[in-house]
Formats: sequence, C-alpha cells, structure tokens
Amino acid sequence: MSITEAEARKVAHLARIAVADNALSALAAQLSDILQFMEQLNEVDVEGIEPMTGVEKMRLKRREDVVTDGSMQDRILKNAPDAREGFFAVPKVVE
Amino acid sequence: MTLNSLTIAEARDRLRARDISAVDLTEACLSAIDQAGALNAFVHHTPDLARTQAAAADARLAAGDAPAMCGIAVGIKDLFCTRGVPSQAASRILEGFRPEYESTVTQNLFDAGAVMLGKLNMDEFAMGSSNETSVYGDAVNPWKVDDRLLTPGGSSGGSAAAVAADLCLAATGTDTGGSIRQPAAFTGIVGLKPTYGRVSRWGTIAFASSLDQAGPMTRTVRDAAIMLAAMASVDPKDSTSADRPVEDYEAALTGDIRGKRIGIPREYRMDGMPPEIDALWAQGAEMLRDAGAEVVDISLPHTKYALPAYYVIAPAEASSNLARYDGVRYGRRARLAAGDGVTEMYERTRAEGFGPEVQRRVMIGTYVLSAGFYDAYYNRARKVRALIKRDFDQAFAQGIDTILTPATPSAAFALGAMDAADPVEMYLNDIFTVTVNLAGLPGLSVPVGLDAQGLPLGLQLIGRPWDEGNLLNHGLVLEKAAGFVAKPVRWW
Repeated sequence: MSITEAEARKVAHLARIAVADNALSALAAQLSDILQFMEQLNEVDVEGIEPMTGVEKMRLKRREDVVTDGSMQDRILKNAPDAREGFFAVPKVVE
Repeated sequence: MTLNSLTIAEARDRLRARDISAVDLTEACLSAIDQAGALNAFVHHTPDLARTQAAAADARLAAGDAPAMCGIAVGIKDLFCTRGVPSQAASRILEGFRPEYESTVTQNLFDAGAVMLGKLNMDEFAMGSSNETSVYGDAVNPWKVDDRLLTPGGSSGGSAAAVAADLCLAATGTDTGGSIRQPAAFTGIVGLKPTYGRVSRWGTIAFASSLDQAGPMTRTVRDAAIMLAAMASVDPKDSTSADRPVEDYEAALTGDIRGKRIGIPREYRMDGMPPEIDALWAQGAEMLRDAGAEVVDISLPHTKYALPAYYVIAPAEASSNLARYDGVRYGRRARLAAGDGVTEMYERTRAEGFGPEVQRRVMIGTYVLSAGFYDAYYNRARKVRALIKRDFDQAFAQGIDTILTPATPSAAFALGAMDAADPVEMYLNDIFTVTVNLAGLPGLSVPVGLDAQGLPLGLQLIGRPWDEGNLLNHGLVLEKAAGFVAKPVRWW
C-alpha cells in the first residue's frame, strides 16, 4: 500500500496537524514505508478469530449513577491557555 | 558507600534501624542529581517537596511501623501527573501544564512514604526507544566505553539513567512495547512491566490504553518486588484495574525454582542476532537449569507478527488518546493569525506542539482507523493480537511457568546513530518485548552480563498473568547466578 500526497494531506487534516505542502511528499513516503511493514499481517490466517478487545475477560466495573465529584471549576480552568468568565475560550466557531 | 547508592532493601532496613535518616538519604540524592546535569535525566527538580517529604518520613519512621518505601528517594517519569509539578510527557504541547491532581501510582508511593526528587526524561508521549524524541533533549546513558554518548534506551530513558547512575534509589517507568525493559537492559538495571491491570493507569498520561502499564525500575530484583507492592492497587478510578489483592511480592523471593519449567521460544532466535546475545541467552538458561529448573523448547508461532500488529494498534489508540491535545483545556496553544478559526487553532497547535515521531504515529493511527481501512488494518491487527496471546496461553497450558528470552537485540547504541534510519528500524528494538504487552503478561528485564565492549546486556523473563511473585523469584535466581555487579564508571 502506497500513500499518495493527496492521501497524506487528507490524513493530516483528519489528525488536525498542519503539514506544509512541501513536506507532504516526504510524509507520504514515510507513511508508506510504515504501512508496507504492516502488510506482513496479511500473511496470517485470521479466519474465525475474534478481534482481541482486552487482556482479561472482565466485566467493566459499574457503580451507582450518582455525582461523585465536581464543583471545581477554577481547578479545571486553571491550566487553560485562555479561560474567561468561567469558560474555556476559543476562536469564533460559528460565523 | 554513599547513601544514594543503596538499594531500597538496604535503605529500608537502615532507615528502620534509625541508622540513617530519610533527610540524609534525600540530600545525598539531591547532591548526586546536581552533579549529573550531563545525563539530562532529571528534567524538573523538586528539592523542596523532597525535603518536606523526607522530614515527614523520618517522623513516621521514628513512630515505628513505617511501610517499606518510607523515606526511599525516587524519581518519577514525566508521564505521571504530579500535583503542582510540571508533567508534560516530554512534549512541547504540555508546556506549562501543572496538574491539579495526583496520579494513583504517585499517590500510592507517597502514601507509602516515598520521597519524590523530581521528574524524569523520556521519549515524547513514551513514543521512542532511545529517549531522542524528548522536548528536553536526549537523556544520556551513564555507561560509556569510548567518545560516543550512548542512549539509555526509551521511552523510560531518564528513569534508567537516573537509577543506573545512583541519582535515586529507584524510579517509576511505563511500558507500552518495552519502554521499561529495554532501557533497564541498556543500563544494567532491573525493570518490571506488571500484568496489564495490576497498576492503575489513572493520572498516567495515556499513550495506548490497552497496552500501557507502569512498573518499577530498580537496581535489584528484590527492590522491584518491594516497589511493585507500593505502586500496585485496586483502583476504582481505572476501569481496567484488576479486582485482585496486591500480594507481598518480596515474600515470594525464596530463591527456590526447583521443578519449575522454563520455556525457550524458538521464534525469538532472530536472523542476524548478535552471537553475544545468543550466548547470553544460553548462559541464562543454564543458570536456571543449574538451579533445578527444567528448560524446555517451546514455540510461539505468531511472534513474527507482533511488531506489525503493535504498530497498528498502538498508533490507533494513540491517535484517539492524543486527540485531547487541542490547545483548549491545557498546555500550549499556537499563536493564531488574524481570522484564524478553531480548525486552524487545532492544526497549528498540534503541528507546533507534537514532535515528528508523535505526529507520524498519530497520522498512522488516524489512517488505520479511517473509513475503508479499519477492517484491513485495525481489526486484522486485533485478530493477530488474539493469536499472539493464544500462543502464550497454550505454552502456559502445557505447564510452562516462565519464559526466558533476550531483552534487546543489541546493547545500547550511540545517540544519533539511528538518525538516518527509517522509523521501522527503530521499532525493531522492541522485538523481544512487544509480544508481552500485546498479551498483557508480566515481563522482567534482569542484567546478566557485559558485551565485548563492556556494555550491559539483559535477559527477559515472561510470567503467567498475575504471577509477578513467581516471575520475580525466577529473576532473583538469575540475578544471583549472573552476579552482575558492574557499575558505570563515572564521567559526568
């Protein structure tokens, strides 16, 4: 499987990572090499095998559906690059 | 012997006997750290916190009945969130982040009276095998045989360097594909990756959630047993934390492995493996046989596919986990141009904040999870993972107690040596360790010898799930038989 520049641009956008146009061909080549390495998996007969979801079959823990934590708005906002009036601030999303 | 060179077990006994104080032990480590800037192991120093914790430990020791880790000075990998102390996974994107909470592992250690000296260097988001992807710059191996500076391995490279250079008595590491065991082997120390679910992941910055597991990096097997008992817990805040009581792992160290069956997997004999590694492996098997164990050839037929499966699964999980670094809630936000919207903010923040290896893995992960490729890559890799686990299940079902393999395909290499290599070459470092993460098993790296240049080499023991006590006991036998006492000659 070889990745084209257009596909590299698409995957960079899906990952929300800005990649300059002149870096796309190198990126496409590197991604292709890594995918090439993964092609070995096609040699394995996986007929009838269930994909592994966890190491041990265990039921996920459950608890009462009640509030256990909270009321710490200031601590939650403390590390934000831009927080105003009790909210995270971001550039305008809707025109 | 200086206090900072003590093992945990020695320090514990002398602290309890009031022969030494936690304050003096901490000061000895702080002074060793001050003189070891060239190793770039400690990247955030917390001497004030350490002194406060040491004084509290001394008070507790004076009152009697202090836990084993009370007063023991340790280093903490930068991947663990520590309250009020920078915790940035060696990434630019978490610049300035000071968590408002404490990870379960560090809280457990602090509850046991351990003293934190500071945060340790690592590969960015634990992605790397040489500690060269860190925003703090390379950590350096205290072992050195010529002019070249060597890698301490990765991703827990700072932890390994610090323990090997006697800057702290022990350190926390994390292991997603070998990140505790490979650096331990490269620096002549002991590293344990516990069974998945033994140690809580809460508050540990996530890389690949189904593979990540924290563990101790220590100078002896006994120390690993002591420290694991303090790190491990049943944690309601981690839904994958196992509901199994923490054992007294030190009590399992009887040194008796008579009648145990040791598996030697033939698929781990790789083409082009250095003869020294092969010889070391045979010596290790001989040591276990001499101790009364039975050594048996076994087959783990899907071994070859572990690395490609890992490099689908781990990046896939990383791409999801690292989606949270968007410049909104914590860490660094890129400077925006006039008119930039929220998408530009994400894209610039992540382009500036993530290094090249992290970007590559996030993009690979995004690709293998994207529509049209999910089944071909991700689901196929998860099926292969099931087969890898089945190989181990079958070996254990045949009565194998522990599996012996090399820890790494080589001794430590020079920093910069892999600069021109393609990413896949670096991934080959994990060839002997990555299967263990995929199967969720405990794995232990024990220093066993030196290569012809005089650099440490380790062997890996793989245990049954939840059988850390027995695994460590095998490690103790290997450690005793190997008699590895070499230390790096101080040059820093």
